Order: sequence, then structure tokens, then C-alpha cells
Amino acid sequence: MEVVNEVGQTTVVTLDKQSSRAREFWKKWKKQKTAFWAGFFILFLVLVAIFGPVIAPYDPYEPNYDATLQTPSLAHWAGTDEYGRDILSRIIVGAGLSLGVSFTSVFVGAVIGTILGLCSGYYGGWIDRLIMRGSDVMFAFPDLLLAIAIVAILGPGLTNVVVAVAVFSIPSFARLIRGNTLAAKEAVFVEAARSMGAKSSRIIFRHIFPETVSSMIVFFSLRIGTSILAASSLSFLGLGAKPESPDWGAMLSMGRDYLATSPHVVMIPGLAIFLSVLAFNLVGDGLRDILDPKTKN
Amino acid sequence: MSENIIEVKHLQTQFTRDDRKTVVLDNVSFHIKKGEVLGLVGESGCGKSVTSLSIMRLFKDTTGEITQGEIVYNGTNLLSMSENDMRQIRGKEISMIFQEPMTSLNPVMKIGEQLAEAIRLHLGYSDKLAREHAVSMLTKVGIPRPQEILAEYPHQLSGGMRQRIMIAMAMSCRPNLLIADEPTTALDVTIQAQILDVMKQLQADEHMSMLLITHDLGVVAEMCNRVVVMYAGRVVEEASVYDLFDEPKHPYTKGLIGSVPKIGQKRDRLDSVPGNVPTPNNMPKGCKFAPRCKEAMSICWEQEPAIAGVGENRFCRCWLYGEEGRGANA
Amino acid sequence: MRKPLVVVDGIKKTFPIDSGLFSSKKSVKAVNRVSFEIKEGETFSLVGESGCGKSTTGRLVTRLLTPDEGKIWINGEEISQMNETKLREVRKQVQMVFQDPYASLNPRMKIRDVVAEPLIIHSKLSVKERERTVAEMLEVVGLNSYHAEKFAHEFSGGQRQRIGIARALILKPKLIVADEPVSALDVSIQSQILNLLKDLQEEFQLTYLFISHDLSVVEHISDKIGVMYLGSLVESAPKETLFANPQHPYTKALLSSVPIPDPRAKRERIILQGDVPSPVNPPSGCLFHTRCPYAMEICRTTPPDLRKAAEDDHLVACHL
Repeated sequence: MEVVNEVGQTTVVTLDKQSSRAREFWKKWKKQKTAFWAGFFILFLVLVAIFGPVIAPYDPYEPNYDATLQTPSLAHWAGTDEYGRDILSRIIVGAGLSLGVSFTSVFVGAVIGTILGLCSGYYGGWIDRLIMRGSDVMFAFPDLLLAIAIVAILGPGLTNVVVAVAVFSIPSFARLIRGNTLAAKEAVFVEAARSMGAKSSRIIFRHIFPETVSSMIVFFSLRIGTSILAASSLSFLGLGAKPESPDWGAMLSMGRDYLATSPHVVMIPGLAIFLSVLAFNLVGDGLRDILDPKTKN
Repeated sequence: MSENIIEVKHLQTQFTRDDRKTVVLDNVSFHIKKGEVLGLVGESGCGKSVTSLSIMRLFKDTTGEITQGEIVYNGTNLLSMSENDMRQIRGKEISMIFQEPMTSLNPVMKIGEQLAEAIRLHLGYSDKLAREHAVSMLTKVGIPRPQEILAEYPHQLSGGMRQRIMIAMAMSCRPNLLIADEPTTALDVTIQAQILDVMKQLQADEHMSMLLITHDLGVVAEMCNRVVVMYAGRVVEEASVYDLFDEPKHPYTKGLIGSVPKIGQKRDRLDSVPGNVPTPNNMPKGCKFAPRCKEAMSICWEQEPAIAGVGENRFCRCWLYGEEGRGANA
Repeated sequence: MRKPLVVVDGIKKTFPIDSGLFSSKKSVKAVNRVSFEIKEGETFSLVGESGCGKSTTGRLVTRLLTPDEGKIWINGEEISQMNETKLREVRKQVQMVFQDPYASLNPRMKIRDVVAEPLIIHSKLSVKERERTVAEMLEVVGLNSYHAEKFAHEFSGGQRQRIGIARALILKPKLIVADEPVSALDVSIQSQILNLLKDLQEEFQLTYLFISHDLSVVEHISDKIGVMYLGSLVESAPKETLFANPQHPYTKALLSSVPIPDPRAKRERIILQGDVPSPVNPPSGCLFHTRCPYAMEICRTTPPDLRKAAEDDHLVACHL
């Protein structure tokens, strides 16, 4: 569309500018070869997680004592475990559990961490010191040890695993968002908003928060990998999912007694954990290259 | 023709971005006589800096390339030279000063080392001689305690001092042509006055030719003998500095001179050039200035005028001086 | 006589700097005992070179910064130590235009929301009324209402500065603090914006505090001018007086340093020696004595006070 403006100059007005940012993203995303394919794998995982109970060829809970510890065959593509349950079906149904747990926990951690980080960075002073010293204390614990301690206090169970993994995600999100907030706070448009008399809440949510979103998305996807690992570890230690549930970590734990005789019982859930953690990390790296090139290295 | 140190003929330079070729300079021609200071004026994006990069062929690591034209320096075409020969020209025969001296000084090398390196490289002096030459150059550009400055790092100096160092460095090999790209834009006025003073002095002493690129008409009026005005990658006017300010021909030049507030001149309103500079991908069809021109005629929208003589040693790219100008001097 | 809208009395602002892990705490006196008045409908300009404290002064007047000492009255109300809640009322009257039109508009917001922001903060207009006001204001500053749907990056520098001005004007404030509003723009665009600022002043009876390093721009737009050097006001006078009869040696040197776009202009140029001293270790006595061609013994020891020169409105801080 051509429009003649106030001073008689002709300008071409593009009306589809809104979608251009998405298109720009897509163009760059396609160039990130590894991350692009890792993204497909995650999409596949998510579909499996959602439709798991429907597509699983066998009942993941039903024991079959005639077919225990079978190696992979045409009937059981991934073999069976010590109760004769189909491992592939358990992996498929377990995807929902593993992804669900890690996604929920990272989400909770991200929300709380972001709020703390925004407050810490924006207000500074004693609020900042309190939050940052708090997260320093939490950083001093090894992640998993902290999670074990939390589950030990709250008792075992998947909900408590979510809480534990969420808690140890909070400080890293808080610190990341604080850094972004400190940078965004210096932007001239933030100063402009202050000069207009905008309240702190408006400045934080309208002007500063959007500046932190891209690095948060990147960190979110990287963090999901970590938390799949953490949730699996807790289940492996018997602190998470119940042993009979098809959680990947719990399957590893159950299978370790048969490591010498039937390695596939351990290898297959191990591979599932490995591939999904890898995929999330690759996607996270790819996203970082596009959204947040500054933080590279 | 030997009185010209450099002749730029029909230069066309383009950049490629996202598989799209953008012509940044189109049919740019001008010359600089020996010992002359030529001003290259225009607003941001008019191609004045690209012109200087084209002359120096500094397009490494960019998508820029020269697609047409010749740049004749002392009788040889720089564009047909090998990269090796070009390196001999750069810094020794033609040197350059940039707007931001910090970007062209190495932050982790002492001033003395940087200066001496260039001198040793191009003039083949010994270490001792190079150092002495460096000290004498620093004295020439008005740097106090030059011996101590040689042992300092760029970040220890103020902006004005760094620009002096840059000038000393550019002048150390007694170049035949100095290209100064917005040399004082980043500086405060009182420091700008100092630097312009130094440059003027050196230019007169060494009888050096200079291409001064600037957006500041005040600097042009003070420093230059002749001026080339650029707009949207084209030369729109060329005249002696007196002719240009006394009687600008091109409507853009008129607008430019009228929009600068002048101390001591009481005007309630400034003349202004309406609208904005067109982007290279959104160029109007005819004359590139037509959309902003107060005197635009129908032909201006249709066809781009050629640059033509409009008096003694004056050239202008405008339909207002249509046929009569063309016959006289083209 | 028109009453003063802004009265600034002896404001001071010091910034601490940590120059390293183990070195002692140092501080920069960014603004030191600066006083001036701006009458209603008048344009007062602060000029000076980088680091002279002119922008800090502007930010103190808008209370983006809090002065360490001194008082600021706006429209009769003392605001120098006012808290943020009370300041919100004052800020309706005082808006700012910033130097960098690229950085001062939120890149993630549509122009509609950028310009409407002061309305959203301070008024209870319905969405429809708000959009109408925004459209009107865009027309006032020479843009079109369809521009409201675009983002800042789709505009050129001059257009963005128009957007910044529309935002500052939308609440119909009394005072506009403009911090180098044209220094990032090309000359042909610069004159458009200067003309616009002048027109708007007439139309809306605005008072300007104009901050700039460019003397020719300042001469064009101001009624009164204050010259700053290293955090202090060294001279202030009505425009005509200052340009015709500058008293302070720094003002004289500054005026003579401006390149004149006229090759036939002949004049005496005073070229100052050396650089501006570091504000961390300012010279003793008169701050300018290290570069002053007329420095006397007293200048090295005693800082001069701002006092009346020949005319009433002409203040100068010099021992001469």
C-alpha cells in the first residue's frame, strides 16, 4: 500500500509487519540444523506423552509371568522386564510421567524465580541482598543433594519430586532474570516511563519483563533436560515415582539387578533419558543462538 | 591530468544482504587536485563513508563490492591493483582517519609501538629512527610530553588526544592523500577547534591533498576548497566552497544550508527539507530527491537527471538547469 | 512580568564511583550549586561540553534523580525531596524528550501504546477516547494516525523523535525537559524538529528546559541560556546578551569554537589549551583556570561566585 504522508513523501506501508517477527524466527530456526531436528524429536516426544496410553501396544502395568526378561523381538520391540511387562509400552506411557514432572517443576521454578529475580534486580537494596544471599545458600548445595533433602522431609512421591526439582530451579532462574533486569532497567525507555510517572509494577511488567522473556525461554528448555535427569535420579533412588510405575528413572532402578543378564532392561530407559535430555539441550542451544546471541560463551 | 592526485570515475558500489543486492553508490565521479582539500558532504546513509572505503578498497569481511568504475590514483587504477600492491598504497600513499579513534587503535598496544610499527613498515626506518620520527610527529600534532605518551595505552588518553594520535599516525608516512572520515564528530566543540586547527596547519605545511568527509557544513566552510554534495548514493552538486555557500544550485544543497541554524542570524524558523532520506531499497524512480523537493517538476518523477555543468567548474544533478547547462560544460 | 514556573536553587548532586577493589571511595561532583529560573512560556537552555552536568541537571529537575542539596520548585511546589507517590502528580506537568529516539521508545510496543502510555498512567479515559487522543496528537506532531499501528523500528530517526514528542505532549504538560532532542538527527531533519518544537510551544504555551551541546541550535531556540562547565553554571543571560556580549572566558572560547557555515566569515578564534579536567579531581579555585587564557593568582585559590554583570539578567562566575 502506498501512502503519501504529511510532507508529501511517499512511503510504502507494509501491513503484515506483525507476522514478520515470527517469520524471521522461523527462517533462522531452519538454519539451526541440529536444533531443528532436535525440535522435531521433542515434538514427537510430546505427542507420545499425550497419546501414550492410547498408542502403547501393551498394558504397561499388566504382568505376564510367561514372558519375563525377554530380549527385543517382533512381539516386544524393546523386550520385557522381570515381570514380563512390555518395555516399549512402559517407555511410551512413562514419557508422559517424565516430561510432565520435569515440565511442571521447571515451570513452577521459572515463575517463582522470575518474580524473585525481577524484584531483586528492580528494587535493589535489602530486597536484592536477601534474595541473592538466599540463592547463594541454595547454590552451595549440590542440586541433587538439595532435592533429596527436600523429598526426605516431604516424603517420597511424584508431587514432592516436582516440589524438590522446582525449588532447586528457583535460584538459577532468579539469578538469570536479575541480571537481565539490571540491564533492562538502564534502558532509556524505562527511564522515560519513570519520567512519565509510571508505577513500579507497570515498569516491571510492561517494560522490563518482556526484555527478559527470550533468555528465559532459552534457559527453560535447557533446564528441562536437567530436571528430567534429576527427576529420574530421584526415582532411581526410590524417592520419586513408585517402583511399579513406568517412570524412566524407576525402570532404571528396577532393572539394575538384571544389568549383567538382561542389559536391555536398563539400556532402553537409559537411552530414552539420554535422548530426551540431549534433545532439550540442543534445542536450548539453538534457541540461544537465535534469541540471545549475547550470552553465547 | 597530472594535477589531479585522484580521480574517481563512475564508481558503483553495492552491498548484498539476504541475497538482495543494494546499490549504495551509483555513478559517483569526482577528483581531488594536488594540495586541495575536498569536502564530501551529506547526511547519514548518503554513501559518503562508503566512498572512502571504496577508495581504500576496505571491504574485507563485508558484502561490499565495487561493480563499476575506476579510481585513478597518480595515473594507475586502484581497482585493478593486486591486494598486495594495494597494501603498499594504504597507510603510505593514502591514509585514513576515522570518526572514532578508539576503534582504529589497538587497545593493548602502547601508543609508541603502534606508531613505530607503521613507520618501520612503510618507511623502512630502524627502531631508533622510527621512535624519533614518532616523537616529532606527536610534537607536530600538538601533543604535550610526547616521550611519555609513547609509553601509554590508548585508554589512558582523552578523545581529543586519541584523535591527535590518529592524525600523527596517518601523517607519519607523509601520505599524498589523507582521507578524514568525520574526524571531529565525536569531539566537543572546543576540542574540535583544536583538531581542525592542527589539521589545517599540517595540510598547509605538507601541501597535502585531503578528502574531508563530514555532515557539518560549518567544518566544510572552514576547511575545504571545493565541495561535493552527496544524496542517496549520488553526487548532486560539485562547486568551490565560495560558490556553494554563496549560491547553492541544487535544491537539496539549498535546503541543507538553510536548515543549519547560524549564530548571529535571527530567523524565527529554519528552512527545512521535508520528509526523510529514502532507503536504498525504497528509491524513488526519477530524481532521488524529487519526493522532498520544493521545486520538483513532472519530469523529476519520471527520469533521473544527469550531472551537468552549470557554470565555471560547477556541476549539478538537477532538471532545473535542464538543457542550457548541459550544452555549456558537459 | 510572568512568574517563574521552575526555580532551581543551589542544587548539588554527587555520584560515588568505585575505581577499584582496594582503592578508596571517590566521588564525582556532577552538579555543583546550580541555580536558575525559568519563566512560564520561556525556553531556557543549558549548554556545555560532555560531562559538564547539563543532563544530570535535567534529570534532577524531572526528579529522575534526587539532589543531595538544594531546592527545586515547579509551579510553586517544592519537589527536591518529594516521594514517588506525590511526584506522580507533579509528573503530569513535567514531561521529557530524550536524546536517542531509538532507545527511548520501547521496541516491543506499538506506537499507539507508546504514545498512550502517559494517558494510561494518569487518566481514566476509555480505550476509544484514548485512541482518538493519540491519533490527534500524532497529527499534531506531523505524523498520520495510521502510524499508530506500527512499531518504533519501522520509523526513521526524525519520525521517532516526533513520536517521542507526541508522547511528551499528550498530557498537555506545562514543562518539557528536552535532553539533546536533535543531536542524534541529520541536519535537514534537525531543522524540522526544531521548527516543530517552536510551533508546539506557541500552540500549547509550553515552557522548555532545553539541554544541548550545540550552540547554534541553542541560539535558535532559546530565550535564556546557561553555560555549564564541570558541573557549575559559569554564566547565564538572555540569548541576545550572551551572544553579543559574553563575559566568561569559557563562554567566549565556546562561541568562537563553533564552525560557521560561511566560508567568508572572518573571526578571532580562541583555541583553548588542553582538555577538560577530570571531574573526579577538579582543579582548586575557579574550575576553568587550568585552561583560561586570563587566569590570575586569585583564580587558582578562590572559586568565584555567580554575580551580576553589566545587566540585571546577566550572571557570570568569574573574577575578571
